[in-house]
Amino acid sequence: MLEQKLADRDRVPVRSAAAEDLRSAYTTHGLNSYQVCRYSRQLLVPAFGIAGQEKLLSSSILVIGCGGLGSSAALYLAAAGVGVLGLVDRDTVELNNLHRQIIHSEEAIGTSKVRSAATSCRRINSSLSILEFPNGFSADNALEIVRKFDVVVDATDNLPSRYLISDACVVARKPLVSGAALGLDGQLTVYNHKNGPCYRCLFPVPPPQSACQRCSDSGVLGVVPGIIGSLEALEAIKLASGTGEPLSSRMLIFDASLGRFQNIKLRAKNPSCVACGDNPEITEANFHNMNYEAFTGVAMTDEVIRKQVVSLSNSLSCLELRKRIEEKVPHVLLDVRDEHQYAISALPQSTNIPLSQLQKNSQELRDIILDDEKMPVFVICRRGNSSQEAVELLRNSGVNALDVTGGLEAWSREVDSKFPLY
Amino acid sequence: MWAHSRGGLELLFGSVKCHEVDLDSNEITVEKLLVWIRENLLKERQEMFLKGKSVRPGVLVLINDYDWELMGHLEAPIKDKDSVVFISTLHGG
Repeated sequence: MLEQKLADRDRVPVRSAAAEDLRSAYTTHGLNSYQVCRYSRQLLVPAFGIAGQEKLLSSSILVIGCGGLGSSAALYLAAAGVGVLGLVDRDTVELNNLHRQIIHSEEAIGTSKVRSAATSCRRINSSLSILEFPNGFSADNALEIVRKFDVVVDATDNLPSRYLISDACVVARKPLVSGAALGLDGQLTVYNHKNGPCYRCLFPVPPPQSACQRCSDSGVLGVVPGIIGSLEALEAIKLASGTGEPLSSRMLIFDASLGRFQNIKLRAKNPSCVACGDNPEITEANFHNMNYEAFTGVAMTDEVIRKQVVSLSNSLSCLELRKRIEEKVPHVLLDVRDEHQYAISALPQSTNIPLSQLQKNSQELRDIILDDEKMPVFVICRRGNSSQEAVELLRNSGVNALDVTGGLEAWSREVDSKFPLY
Repeated sequence: MWAHSRGGLELLFGSVKCHEVDLDSNEITVEKLLVWIRENLLKERQEMFLKGKSVRPGVLVLINDYDWELMGHLEAPIKDKDSVVFISTLHGG
């Protein structure tokens, strides 16, 4: 019995000629006995049933981003029996991904996220058809990729990608399930469905760069994107199978610290929206020319660019810092990261005063740090950006402050690779 | 009434997510509430919350769980016991 079911497994795309052959005399639908058994527990849900499963098996869903959100989204879609699953990501798996990106394993570190995710999905459901897009998602390939699918899931981690994906879904007329997570907060909604808004209807103007926090800076508790990604899979399944009421014109807001979900009513689509309005400015013809990184002022990658602001004469390298420590040159080593980051790892003999505190009261702090005005203050942070801000601030109040170029990441590269990086 | 902040905005209010606000009159507008918040609650980095008379791009305002666009935007009335939530859109994942 089981052997027969396993033998049937690979041969049976729903509604194909082969499926017709294998169709049991006992049924009037397109699922064979293996599929009936495999998906039985959701066939038993009256609101989903055979009709829902048949639709899901013949549908295609694109998951953009194989990170924290994409992990649970893709795994559940694979398990639930979507016909074609598309996976997009241009990154490789890193050690600091594994606490939340549960689709990847330790062995996958250094390999393509799309390949790793596809392997995990096939392990769960070998009858799945998977399309892999390891070159990422851009204005050049977006429409071509999106058009191959019925439903799109935004599981990315940055602002320009969110505008790009929303616009592509509007132009290609696809419903978009959009989730986001950061820290202990999560958000979920469905865009571009029936009379509901698109991303631009809600956010016609991008937020200032300083308001765009990333997981690599602000952190994220792993299970939070796991929950939102699972909910994204749910909404995608609902859309693909015609089950229930999609979360269109509504947003689910998850506050993990309070254990609270809030379901809010959103505006309808905006008739003057530049993407989905009555006279759209963003069309198939000009889509390829869109520059989303310029529009938002944010990069699509997670890479942090260090800008040299402080003059080089007011800077010193990590090797120079080590020399002065070894030679016992009198100095103060000031670490301006937030306290919770300082607690992770720090240089010995350093003093921690977060930049935000310095900004509030640099004069008073100057007195605390220094008895002697000429005493050099070497300022360090994680990557060497905040430290430069602090150096400018301190120099303006008369402190002989110098920036440690490149921060603790540079210390780890140039001086001691055993420094615990995060 | 109650003013809540979510999605990281609470950091601008000393990490306090929920503020009780006593209204002087029976009804005020969101516009006036924003002025009151600027003068009484918001201690730092105003540009992370406000732009001109309104909230900055990327912030949604919810009045009793309804998008303020549905309630009259800056003119939306707020009464005693109403709940106003300011939420910053998230992009992470």
